[in-house]
Amino acid sequence: MKNDFPIFKTYPDLVYLDSSATSQKPQAVIDAVSQFYSSKNANIHRGIYDLSQMATDLYENTRKKAAGFIGVKDSSQIIFTTGATEALNMVAFGWAKKILQKGDIIVLSEMEHHANIVPWQQLKKSNGVELYFLPLDKEYRLDYKKVEDLPAQKVKLLSLSHISNVLGTVNPLEEIIPFFKKKNPEIKVCIDAAQSVPHFQLNVEQLDCDFLTFSSHKMLGPAGVGVLYARKELLEVMDPLIFGGSMITQVTKEDATWAEIPDKFEAGTRNTEGVAGFGAAIDYLHQIGFKKIQEREEAITRYALEMFGRQKDVRLFGPAIADNRIGVFSFAIANVHPHDVAEILNRSHIAVRTGHHCAMPLMKVLGVFGTARASFYLYNTREDIDRLQEGIEEVKKTFNV
Amino acid sequence: MDPLYREIILEHWQHPQNYGVLKNADIDVVENNPLCGDAIRLTIRLEDKKIKEVLFSGDGCAISKASASLFTEEIKGASLEEIKKIKEKDVLNLLGIELTPARTKCALLILRTLQKGIKLKH
Repeated sequence: MKNDFPIFKTYPDLVYLDSSATSQKPQAVIDAVSQFYSSKNANIHRGIYDLSQMATDLYENTRKKAAGFIGVKDSSQIIFTTGATEALNMVAFGWAKKILQKGDIIVLSEMEHHANIVPWQQLKKSNGVELYFLPLDKEYRLDYKKVEDLPAQKVKLLSLSHISNVLGTVNPLEEIIPFFKKKNPEIKVCIDAAQSVPHFQLNVEQLDCDFLTFSSHKMLGPAGVGVLYARKELLEVMDPLIFGGSMITQVTKEDATWAEIPDKFEAGTRNTEGVAGFGAAIDYLHQIGFKKIQEREEAITRYALEMFGRQKDVRLFGPAIADNRIGVFSFAIANVHPHDVAEILNRSHIAVRTGHHCAMPLMKVLGVFGTARASFYLYNTREDIDRLQEGIEEVKKTFNV
Repeated sequence: MDPLYREIILEHWQHPQNYGVLKNADIDVVENNPLCGDAIRLTIRLEDKKIKEVLFSGDGCAISKASASLFTEEIKGASLEEIKKIKEKDVLNLLGIELTPARTKCALLILRTLQKGIKLKH
């Protein structure tokens, strides 16, 4: 599979363990972007001429593909955004700001990425909503039942990541969502699926979530493209945040009326070439098949957990077993700072992320300033883990651990 | 020998000089490295506009800790006027190692902390 990714031909020695930050791109995605420019480039939804129609078809077909990708039948419920961050901001300021009131409670968790914390904090300032953070248990899993003290009728929104980008923990949405909907049938559920769509086949209709957000660049596609899914009735009431061309039906000197969904939320000229690449990424993932991806990744995760289990003086921040977990490993080597770990690993061409991973509240819960993080994806091999192990040994040697 | 983690760096990392927090400090300042979230707290006691005592604390990488250790050792007794003239390269020379741009930020965190403290003082 590595052969499909040109970056590994450019750098044969590269051990890329930072896919939670962004994935590498297969040739098929690179070609789709390039081919868009060489044979389909025109502005969409505007031209009568063939080329514009071709670009429009590609864009709208990709919307249908994205809908199918997460089990949505009506593709008008798929809004193209710049990424999961923008999509979450749209839920916060386009929907929640309009609907939620002072004293309403939004439930988040301690394992959220800043993208699913900061917008809600800002909303708190303007609307007076309350935020509640679901705690973690000792196994780095979500203790989602710890909400006895919350008045259920006040809990209007649960906004939760499917998978922690730091711990690798997979939150059991098929249990969590019914748990909250039973307590308050009126609650809306927003799922940040940025870390899960690269690895799992999702079905929002089965999950019964109301909003779902993700980014193309973490699932082999180009950066600058993401998706907001929302139920149609929610999109109807939701306000657009960006105003301008293509999102209107009528404009007078005094006022304007909005186009139907999804156009209402897609003002200006969109990242059409990125959407072309995103479509190719969906095709590529389907072509490999999520069953195969999961089998491969599970084997890698088990192998990595064994490796970490053998290491003395290495602390793993995340579940120690492979069940309900993906190949994201945050770790610390004795008292060596994560930057120093990454520096030594980089000498062996091993790319890991260090720092707080855009999850500073989680770092505080873990009692650290930051961690080193190795995150795996479908192109990683056992050999990559062997190389990581050698790198960890090298760190220990350098720092006399 | 390791080109970056030379003995002197590791020595100052494991046993940093001037590590701690001064009580009744004239300058007490915290600065972050936005890249990693690391923070240094620097406390200084002045006498006759000179640095009488200086201590730093905080979790940092080997480079930032060694740099802070060496640098605080260097500025003891210096006047505020002398401090203001310190250049980035003076700090990097103390370490005497080649650094990538990202790690240069680690090495210079102590200088930025000191500069912030002096600015707040005035």
